[in-house]
Amino acid sequence: MDRGLNQPVLLHQRETSRSLEAAFAAMVVLLVVAPFVIYPVFLMQALCFVLFACAFNLLIGYVGLISFGHALFFGWASYVTAHAAKVWALPPELAILSGTAVAAVLGLIAGGLAIRRQGIYFAMITLALAQMMYFFALRAKFTGGEDGIQGVPRGRLFGLFDLGNEAAMYVFVLVVVLAGFLLIYRIINSPFGEVLKAIRENERRAVSLGYQTERYKLVAFALSATLAGLAGSMKSLVFQLASLTDVHWTMSGDVVLMTLLGGLGTVFGPVVGAFLVIAMQNYLAPFGQWVLVIQGLIFVACVLAFRRGIVGEIANRMRIRL
Amino acid sequence: MFEIFGIPSQALFGQLLLGLINGSFYALLSLGLAVIFGMLHIINFAHGAQYMMGAFAAYLMLQYLGIGYWPALLIAPILIGATGIIVERLFLQHLRSLDPLYGLLLTFGLALVIEGLFRNGFGSSGLPYQVPETLRGGRNLGFMFLPNYRAWVIVLSLAVCLATWFAIERTRLGSYLRAATENPVLVRAFGINVPRMVTLTYGFGVGLAALAGVMAAPIYNVSPQMGSDLIIVVFAVVVIGGMGSIMGAIVTGFALGIIEGLTKVFFPEASNTVIFVIMAVVLLLRPAGLFGRHA
Repeated sequence: MDRGLNQPVLLHQRETSRSLEAAFAAMVVLLVVAPFVIYPVFLMQALCFVLFACAFNLLIGYVGLISFGHALFFGWASYVTAHAAKVWALPPELAILSGTAVAAVLGLIAGGLAIRRQGIYFAMITLALAQMMYFFALRAKFTGGEDGIQGVPRGRLFGLFDLGNEAAMYVFVLVVVLAGFLLIYRIINSPFGEVLKAIRENERRAVSLGYQTERYKLVAFALSATLAGLAGSMKSLVFQLASLTDVHWTMSGDVVLMTLLGGLGTVFGPVVGAFLVIAMQNYLAPFGQWVLVIQGLIFVACVLAFRRGIVGEIANRMRIRL
Repeated sequence: MFEIFGIPSQALFGQLLLGLINGSFYALLSLGLAVIFGMLHIINFAHGAQYMMGAFAAYLMLQYLGIGYWPALLIAPILIGATGIIVERLFLQHLRSLDPLYGLLLTFGLALVIEGLFRNGFGSSGLPYQVPETLRGGRNLGFMFLPNYRAWVIVLSLAVCLATWFAIERTRLGSYLRAATENPVLVRAFGINVPRMVTLTYGFGVGLAALAGVMAAPIYNVSPQMGSDLIIVVFAVVVIGGMGSIMGAIVTGFALGIIEGLTKVFFPEASNTVIFVIMAVVLLLRPAGLFGRHA
């Protein structure tokens, strides 16, 4: 139970981080050029999910905790941001802040309950808590039930930039997502992050070394939930919509798939995974329920054949960190 | 007709009955999960999908082969249980040395594949399945009307649950099973084929889910998504009960069904969420679960 999910990655920990810097530079260049070639709304959607998947990866990749309920934070932050922007007429920065804050509080509560059990129980508890909040979202008045909250105004960022302009919105999303990405990178390479990895590798050992692992796990969970909430808040402004899809368990499953496909515990895995899964969902949408079948098959293939994920496999072959 | 706490007895006992029915399914499904978890140390995420397959097997047999409810009650669990055995041989046996989370991810993927395939084939709307002729109608108990089929479901699931408990806790085969749960290597050294036992256990757990599906077919509509929402509630039931004890799974399943039914009478808004709330409270007060041995 205490065995880590992705030990091979650790083997390369000592090697130079030059590969990471190069990959980061390549990613930034690609994302700056991309909107001239690719439909920007698709890119913005994918970027929100990149942040969501990176936040999720913080938990599963570096603490070894698998949450099957991350839609709870993504979806509720999305609702709160949409409500704040539309009904309270808050500017976008404050709307996003309120959504993210709510996700943080929910993360503390859900995390506090879930870390009381380990392993697969943890997955079941997070899933059940998320389902409970799904029913609340279905019943609550402010969420608009089946209709969701539509026509959310994007507003003017800091009163200066009109986010109704696609280019401004893209730059805003890109900056926030990259900031979130760097923050997560900073967290996993801090002394705090090292303790998280110690807990992943052997929790009892970490306890015997005097670490209060419960607290570390709770903080990691809350951080992950907060960043997932930030992603959800951004998403509701990009699409100007918050709906039940965002809180449904299938959303939790999607983010697990993105991270698994890209590579658990890799820095860039969730980025690649999020782009692939969102692209697949968009391009295969006309085939209806086959998307579900294909996603399921990818899960099976990942678990059986390449558990390191795409980025993890590449990093392993090239003996670098990615 | 009389009233209890200002609620007409008909409504109260009607919901109590519905709660017992739901409880029967919770008990059967969480029992299957507990049995599988004991031997394979994985949480079978596909359990809901396999329950749905059971219901569809009954529906398709009636529709295309003219096989009625009674034979389906036996054939569907065997058929779906056999697919479970194939799944275990093809996939799950390769995961034995890995972190149990991979089993969860794999069975989650399988659940998506199965649900997607059935949605493609049958759409998302429910299909009706008739109550078998012999169990139509019902009887008036004075304080409530009891439909025969619902009484049958409760009696049958109780019988199946208790028989499973007896087989595992009180027979020789069950003792092998329990021994293999504790120490598979030692049990193999005594010449017992543990891998085959694991495979059959998975098939049996899946068969239990399919049996619940057949029983549910005449009560709920048969639909591809009937399993996915139910399984999440069953997960909460499992967290509340803890998977250490077979009897614990059965008792928790029925008890939570009844509590859910009563909530529908006294506080209908909370009926969807009451089990999750109870789960949260149990986690706060008794983190290992009511009957749990492993945390």
